[in-house]
Order: sequence, then structure tokens, then C-alpha cells
Amino acid sequence: MSQNPVLDLETQESDRPSSFVRSEATMQDATGATLAGIRHAEEILVPAIEDAARGATSHHQHGSDPVVSQTMVLNMGPQHPSTHGVLRLVLEVDGETVVSLAPDIGYLHTGIEKTCEAKFYNQVTPLTDRIDYLCPMTNNTAYALAVEKLLDLEVPERAQILRVLLNELTRIQSHLVWLGTHAMDIGALTVFLYCFREREELLRIFEAISGQRMMGSYIRIGGVALEPPAGIYDRMRSFLNDFPEHITEYEGLLNANPIWMGRLKDVGHLSAEDAIALGVTGPALRASGVDFDLRRDMPYSGYERFKFNVPVSNGCDVWARYLVRMQEMRESTSICHQALDLLATMHHQPLHADAPKILLPDREKMKTQMESLIHHFKIVTEGFQVPAGEATSSVEAPHGMMNYYVVSDGTSKPYRVHMRNADFANLQALETMCKGRLIADVVAVIGSIDIVLGAIDR
Amino acid sequence: MADHPSSPSTSSSAKATAHTASIFGKQAVLEAFAGHPAVSSLEHLLIDAKWDRQELTLSVAPQAILDAARALKAAGYNFLEDVTAVDWYPTDTPSAPRFQVNYSILSHSRKERVRIITRVLGDNPRLDSMTALWPAANFYEREVFDLFGIHFAGHPHLTRIMLPDDWNGHPLRKDYPVEGYR
Repeated sequence: MSQNPVLDLETQESDRPSSFVRSEATMQDATGATLAGIRHAEEILVPAIEDAARGATSHHQHGSDPVVSQTMVLNMGPQHPSTHGVLRLVLEVDGETVVSLAPDIGYLHTGIEKTCEAKFYNQVTPLTDRIDYLCPMTNNTAYALAVEKLLDLEVPERAQILRVLLNELTRIQSHLVWLGTHAMDIGALTVFLYCFREREELLRIFEAISGQRMMGSYIRIGGVALEPPAGIYDRMRSFLNDFPEHITEYEGLLNANPIWMGRLKDVGHLSAEDAIALGVTGPALRASGVDFDLRRDMPYSGYERFKFNVPVSNGCDVWARYLVRMQEMRESTSICHQALDLLATMHHQPLHADAPKILLPDREKMKTQMESLIHHFKIVTEGFQVPAGEATSSVEAPHGMMNYYVVSDGTSKPYRVHMRNADFANLQALETMCKGRLIADVVAVIGSIDIVLGAIDR
Repeated sequence: MADHPSSPSTSSSAKATAHTASIFGKQAVLEAFAGHPAVSSLEHLLIDAKWDRQELTLSVAPQAILDAARALKAAGYNFLEDVTAVDWYPTDTPSAPRFQVNYSILSHSRKERVRIITRVLGDNPRLDSMTALWPAANFYEREVFDLFGIHFAGHPHLTRIMLPDDWNGHPLRKDYPVEGYR
């Protein structure tokens, strides 16, 4: 890769900093599988598509020796099955080695943030389901927490515990999709079938509790939508009792599997410094050795009442991310058991905040009491006003840190809603993890950061 | 975010209840949060501040945003979570410029976040890019550029990220029609 015509092009466009000069310099140590030393933040540049494409076209322009110094542009997606949605990657490859990589996103952009500004606060909840569609309950929770902060609304303990329970079941459900698809990308199809068998039971539990398998909108501002149906806790308990055995079953299929190990170990290296500089959160951050989990470190919705461990690994590779998520499923199971124990002691507590002008009244009361009927009519037709101000909620979603930022101007519609999803920032780290590795490793790395394009594009 | 200068007596009571009641104004926050690393590192740059709903918001001038970020990073706020904006259209005066740009910065060791805000005028809004300090700002600044039309000087590749390159307008601006331009 010496005397590449790319460098000529660099001098022509010197006003625009490009990743190319750096990629030349770091190629040697990157192909040697280790990135030497700690890099400074200024050295980490996420390349754009033009950066990735420029190098490969330049040898035609210069008519240089066709055998040496040639790189090729490879388009991957947006229909590629292993990109987990509509992610498009533009890769510059030297043989099979990735020289640079630029994600192209926006194929699923639906303007949800703009739509929120035209809805009443309650009407935003169903929109939040559709952002990260693998963890709708977590999105609901994050949005509800932000609006409750603006309203200064106290949520009853029982509703908080129920939220924790559902958030953790959602985490298990999301991790099952991750494990199944990740393993399928690597070639282990069996795991996918087993994971989706367990996920099916979870979706049925969600359907029983909210009426929908995925887009439940169950967690509402001020509490939850409905009283959970009779017998649902027993059903959850029976799922949770069996689940640790299933995790062992998946591990039995994978842990000693030489192909699985070969494809995951020492692939996609991401140091703790790079992870922090690139905004990586969640299991990917913890697999780089940073011990930070919002549930423990900045607790919300009553997480301070639960005892659980935060799995951390210093492996920094795809394998470490696999280990962390597998352990997280076990911890989530334990949190769910604790939540069920707590819920069993508080049967008669309410599930909604005491705010008749904000929360829809009980259906029975609405049909029989004049005042409830008026409240219902007012809330449905003109919403409720929220005191002016701004609030941020922050929750630990299955993919990492999820923040909802809500601005109110005192009216019944949010002035601005912004979602910070882990997936968006985690995607930026893809290049750092893939540079100098083979194309096949890109597939493994995408699986390991567990992205959902709905959350990235919004 | 009006500045409410407090008398010494009210600010001492604010200090006692620093973590429950709201505190508005630069002086009141400086007194209530004396010794706080974020507040003291930005003391010379602050133009306004508030402690509201358990959230610390520090306001700086647009030309000082990079200095503020550097000072915060030196004070231990190591993680840039998010960059976003709010359009206060039609408000657009030098005392209350149109665009509010938010930087949410977290400290892993202190387990707390601080929101740095700055406001820029609606005519050719422009700020310094934070990508050299935190590469994480790359996508976030491109998103703000795409949806609000705010430029970030020094960004390595400031192009649209969500919408096609030939899109007309910036959808999250309040004067952008909900149905789009036809």
C-alpha cells in the first residue's frame, strides 16, 4: 500500500480532513490484530462514504500500475441479510481486508421526532414503541419517565416494580433476538430456532398483558395501561424457572463450538478509550471493561431495590460481548424473580398515579360517574397541559443507554421530543472495530453491537 | 431561562435544598453549587444556569462552546451522550436567539450528567464542531445539521445523514410544514 495515488488526491482536497492518511499509517498495526497504544480522540475519525469510495476510484484516474496499490469499493446492503435491517455499508477493501468502512443510514427515517410535536402527550406513547421495536416497553418507560419528570408526577410503587419486571423481560426478549440472529449470521442456524422458541413464549406473555405481541404501549404516563390479567405472574414464573436451563442449552451449542470461537475471539477489538470516545454504551461498553450500568449507577423506576450483578469483561472483542449478554440474561432472570416476589406483597396498591386530570379514568367509573366522564372527555379531546420546561430521562435499554429529551412550552403537545438511542452511537464504532479485518468479520461485528435500524433512523 | 438575581439570604436557603428545589440564574447556581466540578470549571464562561427537575443546565455563549467542552472534559465529564437542538421560532433576537443546541455530557465516575446549552441566531447558524474532542459528536452533529440546518465548523464531513442529499429544507425547524414542501 505504499505510494498510493490516494495521497495525490489528498493534496488536492486538503481542506477536508479524511481518514485516508490515517488509515495508511495504521494499516500495519491494524492488520497485526492489535492497535498499538491508546489513541487520542482527534485521531479517531468516522469516515464518510466519499472517503471510502475515493481511494478505489483513484487508480483509474492516475493510470497507475493495476497490480499494486489497488483497493476496491464493496457495497453491502441495504438489503444484505446480515445488516439486521436497512443498513448500508460502503467498504473499501484491499483484497479481503477492510481498509475503511462508512455506514449509510436513513433508509428507515420516518420523522418520528417531528410527528411527536403534532400529537398530545398521550398519543406519543404508541410512536415510541416503533422506534426500537425490539424493546418497546423500554421506550415506553423512558418516555413516561421524562414526561412524569415534567409533570412532577409520583408513580406508585407497584407500577414501578411492574415496569422493572417488564423492562427485564423485554431485555431477555431482545437479547434472544440478538443471539439468534448473531448465531445465524455466523452459520449456527439451530440457535436461532431455539431462541425464537423462548421468545415466542415471551411475546405471548406480552400479548396477554397488553393485547399486542410487540407494540403494546403498555407503559403509560403516570403508570401502566391496565391491571395485568389473572394468572400472568404464574406464567412468567414458569418461564423464568425454565429459562436458565435454556441459556445453558444455547451455551452448550456455542461455547465449545470451534467455528463459533474462531469467528468471535479476537475479532472486532474496541478498547475502553475508543468506546468512550465514540459514545458506545450498554453491553458493548461493558465488554470493553467499563463498569457502568444505569440501572445500578443512576437508578430509575425503583431499580435501587434490586440486587443484581453487572457483567463486565475486559476482552474488548466480539466474544466478550457475547459473554456479557449471556450473563445479562441470567441477571435479568434474577431481577424478574425479585420483582415477582415484590409484586406478590402489594396486590392492593394502585397502578396509576393519583392525577385524574392527566390519566384516563377507570372505564367503569367513566360510565357511571359524571366527573370521570368529564375528565375522560377533556383528556381525549384536548389532552392535558404540561408545565413548561425540559427534562431528560435515561434508562438502560437492551442495546445501551436510551435517553428521552422532552421540551414543553406549557401546552398539551410536546414542543420537542428527542430520543438518544444507543444504536446510533454504537454504529459509529463499527469502523474502528472492523478496520484491518476481513469482510466476514464485519458480519460478526455488526451482530455483536446489536443494532436496530428503527432506533438509528427514527 | 430568565436571570433571577438572588439576594444572599435566598441563595443560602437554596443551598440547603440544592437537590430538591429549582434554582434559576447564574449567580444562584454558582452559590448553591460552589465546589461542584462542572459549575466551577465553567464559571468564567457561564452566561446563565439552572437546576431544574434534578437536572443541571449550564448555558454558554456559542463562540465559547468548544472551550466549555474542553473545560468539562478536564473536570472529569468524559462521555458525550448526545447533541440535539430546539427551534424557538419565531423568537430570534440577540438576547434570545432562535436555535438552542444541547450537549448532554456524562461523567462515568461521578455518575451524573450535565446539559450544556448554547443559543445561535437563525440567520446562518454556525457552531464549532466537537468531533476533535469527542468523535462521538460526528453523527450527532450531522443529524442536527440535517434536521435543523445548523453548521458545525471543523466537522470532517458535514452532510445530510437521515435525508437524501437533495432534500429541500430542514424538517425539525418549526417553520417547516408538517407535510413537507410540495
